[in-house]
Amino acid sequence: MNYTGLPYQIFPLGDAAATIDFGNLVDEKLNEEILERVKQLKEQSLPGIIEVLPAYSTLTVYYDIKVLKKKFPSNQTAFEWLRQKLEEKLQQPVLQNEVVKRHIRIPVCYEDEFASDLQHLATIKNITAEEVIHIHTSKSYKVYMLGFLPGFAYMGEVDQRIIMPRKPQPVRIAPGSVGIAGKQTGIYPLASPGGWQIIGRTPLKLFDVTKEDPTLLKAGDTVQFYSITKTEFETMK
Amino acid sequence: MSVKIIKAGLLDTIQDNGRFGYQHLGVNPTGAMDKNAMQLANILVGNNMNEAVIEMHFPASVYMFTLPALIALGGADFSPSINGEPVPNFHPIIVGKNDVLQFHKPVEGARTYLAVGGGFAINKWMNSYSTHLKAKSGGFHGRSLNKGDELLFLQPSSFHIEQNDFIVLPWRADTNWTNVVKEILVLPGNEWDRLTTESKENFEMTSFVITNQSDRMGYRLNNIPLPAMSNEQIISSGVSFGTVQLLPDGKLIILMADHQTTGGYPRIAHVISAHHSKLSQMKAGDKIQFRITNQSTAEEFFIKQEQHLLQLQNACNFRLQEYFKK
Repeated sequence: MNYTGLPYQIFPLGDAAATIDFGNLVDEKLNEEILERVKQLKEQSLPGIIEVLPAYSTLTVYYDIKVLKKKFPSNQTAFEWLRQKLEEKLQQPVLQNEVVKRHIRIPVCYEDEFASDLQHLATIKNITAEEVIHIHTSKSYKVYMLGFLPGFAYMGEVDQRIIMPRKPQPVRIAPGSVGIAGKQTGIYPLASPGGWQIIGRTPLKLFDVTKEDPTLLKAGDTVQFYSITKTEFETMK
Repeated sequence: MSVKIIKAGLLDTIQDNGRFGYQHLGVNPTGAMDKNAMQLANILVGNNMNEAVIEMHFPASVYMFTLPALIALGGADFSPSINGEPVPNFHPIIVGKNDVLQFHKPVEGARTYLAVGGGFAINKWMNSYSTHLKAKSGGFHGRSLNKGDELLFLQPSSFHIEQNDFIVLPWRADTNWTNVVKEILVLPGNEWDRLTTESKENFEMTSFVITNQSDRMGYRLNNIPLPAMSNEQIISSGVSFGTVQLLPDGKLIILMADHQTTGGYPRIAHVISAHHSKLSQMKAGDKIQFRITNQSTAEEFFIKQEQHLLQLQNACNFRLQEYFKK
């Protein structure tokens, strides 16, 4: 599949980064193209690039001003030079490689002790907690991006029936907590303040500092949750 | 060949230039807030510019050196002393066995740095020495320094100096070049045009007070609310050190070294790289005056700063060589 030809704009994110923005939207195909573009920029790398950060519908290129200015001492700014190069890259089609997408099953204990907002969400949505759990575990979610915290995966989209906005004030959240915010679902890898509606907890480590590859999830993965009891939770931990 | 923490400070952590290449995993870069000061401290002791240093806030730790070492302090002026005698910032200092380094009062600035010749014997985590407090990893056991901690040095001690003596070497790194512009220069962000005309004027005409809800993650500012023409949320996207975000109540937050990788608030401006260090030395109660500049000025300021650092590095290496030849 070749998705090239999407409208985009490139804007400076300060003086040391440039963002390619494909529109302020959540779209699976668009997100796949972004991940392919990241691969393209890694394989055919440009000088002075420090790193490339994909998000839902953008990718941000962080660069070293002095490398660019030293290599290309022109009247152009480093940003203008990079913008041109990025535009050239975007002219080239990227073919979606037939790589096997990772599918990851994640156990979640939805019992009250770990699900501070489950009852509240069920009440507001006029369904039972069991139904919320059933709906949450009934479909697989796509990991659109990692951000906010090390290993925090933004996944979507949750069923209409359990969509719930985030809380106005963040509260303390335990590692492994599974939450919902709008159409997104996600897991807190570390203890953190957060505003997502917490409906359960996984015993799995989402971010393991002892590992070379520390995150359980990566952008592009699909995830399926399944319900476990508290006893199972304790044994899996 | 080590330094011991005799008394813990408020927030003293190991930092370097930052952790890059892992933002796509949600791992934010962290690193020293005032990179210029960190780099100057390293330069003064003959290190690689981005060697690990200790970043301190006030009150800072009290340190004791177990063997002679070459050190340098730089950044905020916390009125440092060795064995009770005042010592200056931005000079190389040879310390002796059992020398005690402490800091007495915050005179100016918010963060100061301690570099030791040869660097600290610390393992890198994800390609950086910087302490990641949230992930509890990197730096010294992923945390700030506590009483009783002992940080080993990489280089064996080779200085001949009496116990409890110290020598302040006679040259000082010139830092006057860092504060030539009074204002904090910014580039307009992608959502700048969401601000009303009046908000745009107020952004440059009024001052912004740094509140006490400010830390290594970000500075929350107290300001005349800046209404926007649209409050449409942005879908989470990359941000960076210096990004000025507009909160729903019209107040601003500037992202600093420990900022998250992504954010969804409108990005109305970005502090230029050359002013990150200056901004990092501002603290709660200080007033920021923003002024808008353009891409080429921002780049030019940054390049000049880098050139200045390189010149200082050459000069300092030369002085150190000459001094130790004697």
